[in-house]
Amino acid sequence: MRPFSYSRAQSPAEAAAQAAQVEGARFIAGGTNLLDLMKLEIETPLHLIDVNDLALDRIEATPEGGLRIGALVRNTDLAADSRVRKDYGVLSRALLAGASGQLRNAATTAGNLLQRTRCPYFYDTHQACNKRIPGSGCAAIGGVTRQLGIIGVSSACIATHPSDMAVAMRLLDARVETVRPDGTTRVIPMADFHRLPGNTPNIETALSANELITAVTLPAPIGGTQVYQKVRDRASYAFALISVAAVVQANGSGRVAVGGVAHRPWRVEEAEQLMPDGAKAVTQQLLAGATPTHENEFKVTLVERTLASVLSQVRAAS
Amino acid sequence: MNDRDLMTLTRRKFLIVGAVTASSVALPPFISALASAANIARPVTSAVTLEVNGVSRQLNLDTRTTLLDALREHLHLTGTKKGCDHGQCGACTVIANGRRVNSCLTLAVMQQGSKITTIEGLGTPDTLHPMQAAFIKHDGYQCGYCTPGQICSAVAVLDEIRQGIPSHVSTSLTDQPELIAREFQERMSGNICRCGAYSNIIQAINEVAEATA
Repeated sequence: MRPFSYSRAQSPAEAAAQAAQVEGARFIAGGTNLLDLMKLEIETPLHLIDVNDLALDRIEATPEGGLRIGALVRNTDLAADSRVRKDYGVLSRALLAGASGQLRNAATTAGNLLQRTRCPYFYDTHQACNKRIPGSGCAAIGGVTRQLGIIGVSSACIATHPSDMAVAMRLLDARVETVRPDGTTRVIPMADFHRLPGNTPNIETALSANELITAVTLPAPIGGTQVYQKVRDRASYAFALISVAAVVQANGSGRVAVGGVAHRPWRVEEAEQLMPDGAKAVTQQLLAGATPTHENEFKVTLVERTLASVLSQVRAAS
Repeated sequence: MNDRDLMTLTRRKFLIVGAVTASSVALPPFISALASAANIARPVTSAVTLEVNGVSRQLNLDTRTTLLDALREHLHLTGTKKGCDHGQCGACTVIANGRRVNSCLTLAVMQQGSKITTIEGLGTPDTLHPMQAAFIKHDGYQCGYCTPGQICSAVAVLDEIRQGIPSHVSTSLTDQPELIAREFQERMSGNICRCGAYSNIIQAINEVAEATA
């Protein structure tokens, strides 16, 4: 690990301002992903700004009837919050399907959104990776691709976003609140938060330099039967091959988002119009234009079958 | 070093990195004097106080030191084990402020003021923690390398269930989760045992759960 200096920020605006003043500064909260990548020297910050003292660890009701989740709320606490369990079950389920108990105790809401891909070519510093070293190429293309992306990919990158939580946040139309170094704040819808790789897969989110996430807000509950189904190579503590998050209403309408297939949680609102027609119709529209490899074309079938399983669970529950 | 020196250093650093305009003055010297971008190749040290197993410990550590390395290499509490050092195996599990964490994936400086419980703090050879006694009784290990992490994790798992924290296998999100093997298996998935003592580990946890139910 490269040497770095360290400071603790006392307010979100101060943290963002500090980050802009120091070359190579990064925020650290849970650290479960950043520190791992620092050990491998994939991340090489010169300075860490510890944001754990910021009072961003509460979940509060919003005037609109939703919830404001502080950026530092730990994954365990978000999954266990009684309001989330009652009204946003798909979010609790997504969180509980991810990582291990130890990691969920440390990992934060904002950090979960910002975690880096688990593409093995990103982790192996001997391989070309446009995400790690822009312009160096992509060794994953033509390599071992079973775990990698099938849609929204580019000739520069076929990595996926690894988060389960982000899939549920996208499904629920969550919004990301931030503060910038000049003290201004803004709100970024989850639909716009994660970028497709394009020619700049190293730029993963809509955040500008040194912009700090302060909260993630959920709109008022939308009811329905909420399911998060994750398919992985072992029963626990593994990243998704694919996952399906769904909210299905009594009349058969609903929403679907998919994880493990793209550089961001994958949701196509037009495909949701086909929910009453069943899993095949939805999947055809949802994954239209997919460009899987021979090794990961199974993911297309897996999405359809997992969605069919989800819809049948919903029918059984209602 | 007086305040004026700190200010001078801080401003020099600002000039080096070219990140502020000349009009920006009197910003707090939030970074140690050692930490300028010009000499960042050198290790940076920081004072850290941890409360480990009920005892306050003061250390001066390279900022890169993980909690795991602080415990093992600086406090010589070698019960906590380094397995993968990447949060994948759980051998380094300790209880920080009442919650189990991977001590390899947190920096010691981030744990300033934290209360840390390691395997040495749970029990002693003469006064075993009930979970330690149950692991011995049920042969919950072979080589023993993962065992301190397994035991710290298991103690925290029972706490988490009693606090009503649901898991991936909980049938209902709103009911109190059950003290059953299926729950223990899921919740212990962050602790890998290369010897494969899993079934005995679950029996040990089950016994403690029943004894304290």
